[in-house]
Amino acid sequence: MALLNIRNLTVRFATATGSFTAVDGIDVSVDKGEVLAIVGESGSGKSVSMLAVMGLLPDTATITADEMTYDGQDISNLAPWQRRKLIGREITMIFQEPVASLNPSFTTGFQIEEVLRLNLGMSRAQARARALELFRAVGIPEPEEKLNAYPHQMSGGQCQRVMIAIAIASNPRLLIADEPTTALDVTIQKQILDLLMKLQEDYGMALILITHDMGVVAETADRVVVQYKGKKMEEADVLSLFEAPKHPYTRALLSALPENATGDRLPTVSDFFQQEAAR
Amino acid sequence: MSPVVEGRAIVQDYHVPGGMFARAKTVRALKGVSFKVEKGKTLAIVGESGSGKSTLARVIALIDAPSGGELLIEGKPVDIRRQRPGPEMRSKVQMVFQNPYGSLNPRQKVGDVLMEPLVINTKVPAAERRERAEAMLAKVGLQPEHFNRYPHMFSGGQRQRIAIARALMLNPSLLVLDEPVSALDLSVQAQVLNLLADLQDEFGLTYVFVSHDLSVVRYIADEVMVISKGEAVEQGSREALFADPQHPYTRQLFAATPVTDVEAIRARVQRRKAARALA
Repeated sequence: MALLNIRNLTVRFATATGSFTAVDGIDVSVDKGEVLAIVGESGSGKSVSMLAVMGLLPDTATITADEMTYDGQDISNLAPWQRRKLIGREITMIFQEPVASLNPSFTTGFQIEEVLRLNLGMSRAQARARALELFRAVGIPEPEEKLNAYPHQMSGGQCQRVMIAIAIASNPRLLIADEPTTALDVTIQKQILDLLMKLQEDYGMALILITHDMGVVAETADRVVVQYKGKKMEEADVLSLFEAPKHPYTRALLSALPENATGDRLPTVSDFFQQEAAR
Repeated sequence: MSPVVEGRAIVQDYHVPGGMFARAKTVRALKGVSFKVEKGKTLAIVGESGSGKSTLARVIALIDAPSGGELLIEGKPVDIRRQRPGPEMRSKVQMVFQNPYGSLNPRQKVGDVLMEPLVINTKVPAAERRERAEAMLAKVGLQPEHFNRYPHMFSGGQRQRIAIARALMLNPSLLVLDEPVSALDLSVQAQVLNLLADLQDEFGLTYVFVSHDLSVVRYIADEVMVISKGEAVEQGSREALFADPQHPYTRQLFAATPVTDVEAIRARVQRRKAARALA
């Protein structure tokens, strides 16, 4: 049975010029221990659908879904206290800008211990010991010292490791990573992706990876959902998607990869739609 | 043919002033880097964050004066510390920055953004300034009605087009591009790369292209310089470097670049299956 199951999710935003549909009838399901990648350009609604699951959308958003369950439990109409039991413990999330996700006024140690004390009811001493253990697990160099460091004293890659440590602190069963490596260099990106994959295997958690980078998808995903303008274009396991992409938009995305360039020009998505229209 | 830009043993030191608890120190960001770019060619500077690649870009773009070494533009030595570059020199070298959200003044209309370089550096009359700005807008693929809009009304890709248009207003011979596509989505990235290739052909532009993404470099570069910790560890033609990377650091960069090859994905999927069967 699927761990997270969403059917026909629609998210509308009320704007000054009327209602804007960011997500339009999306189905998402992820199994235990599975890595699902959601791919799309900016504006495709890939983050919005996951923020809806987390309950992190602003009041201007209207969320409707035929079904929205986590482990068999309906999560569409949870009371705040019920949601708090789930979000941040069973389901956690990391974001694109690691430096902006951490509070600059507190040490990283304080921020991870806060999670451990509030969510898991640990004492200060227990929390400190566990925080150290988690910092080691995510490969932060000199973990004892780094617990007392402020976010600005660490690099972007290290901050993302701290974010990951916080996200896995409660042994979640589902981790949602929203563009976790977009702000990072290739070598650091590789390290962070390797870390996420290792943790995912070690803890057997499901991972939803939101990205626009087909390279990241190729290196991590089991299954892929391609999204465009709020609609699902294609869903396939990673091998079939790269081997034989069915939807024209997926083919367009793949051909826009610089390494797939044939000749002098890179085909763009709009070129592709023009060709399709001409046909 | 003489190179458009040449650097001889360029050194750049940054002085970090001491505070109440810290001693003043000097960081050597560039440790004697030499290079040459012929007219109409593209030199790609590759490295991770902190390698000194942006420092070098700023030196070449005549923004910062190097602490040592010699910079020659079209065969003439330029030392901006001794002599402020005049309008003529400024017109030759222009720069495009990484973040199109930060490099455009939010309170300036696009038309004014494009006309400002002409106001500062030339005596072109107002009517002609407007004409040239409108022509440039069309050249980079924007519409005439965009002239009176503000930067926030544009997407990231469109903003980067505006930044490129601004850099081209003075008909430069050398364009320094500091990670111009790393903030952009895959398909938008392809559009901007195509635009850069077209403009290079049309105006015979010389590019210095800073990037950490090897797949982009492979598409756009003629010559590649790999830089690590302020030193050029490897330099050569694109073909040679991609066929047979010599330096361990270059190989590390290659290893970190995501592979979208179907066979590689198949191998990874099988590894995962095998690992699961064992568990």
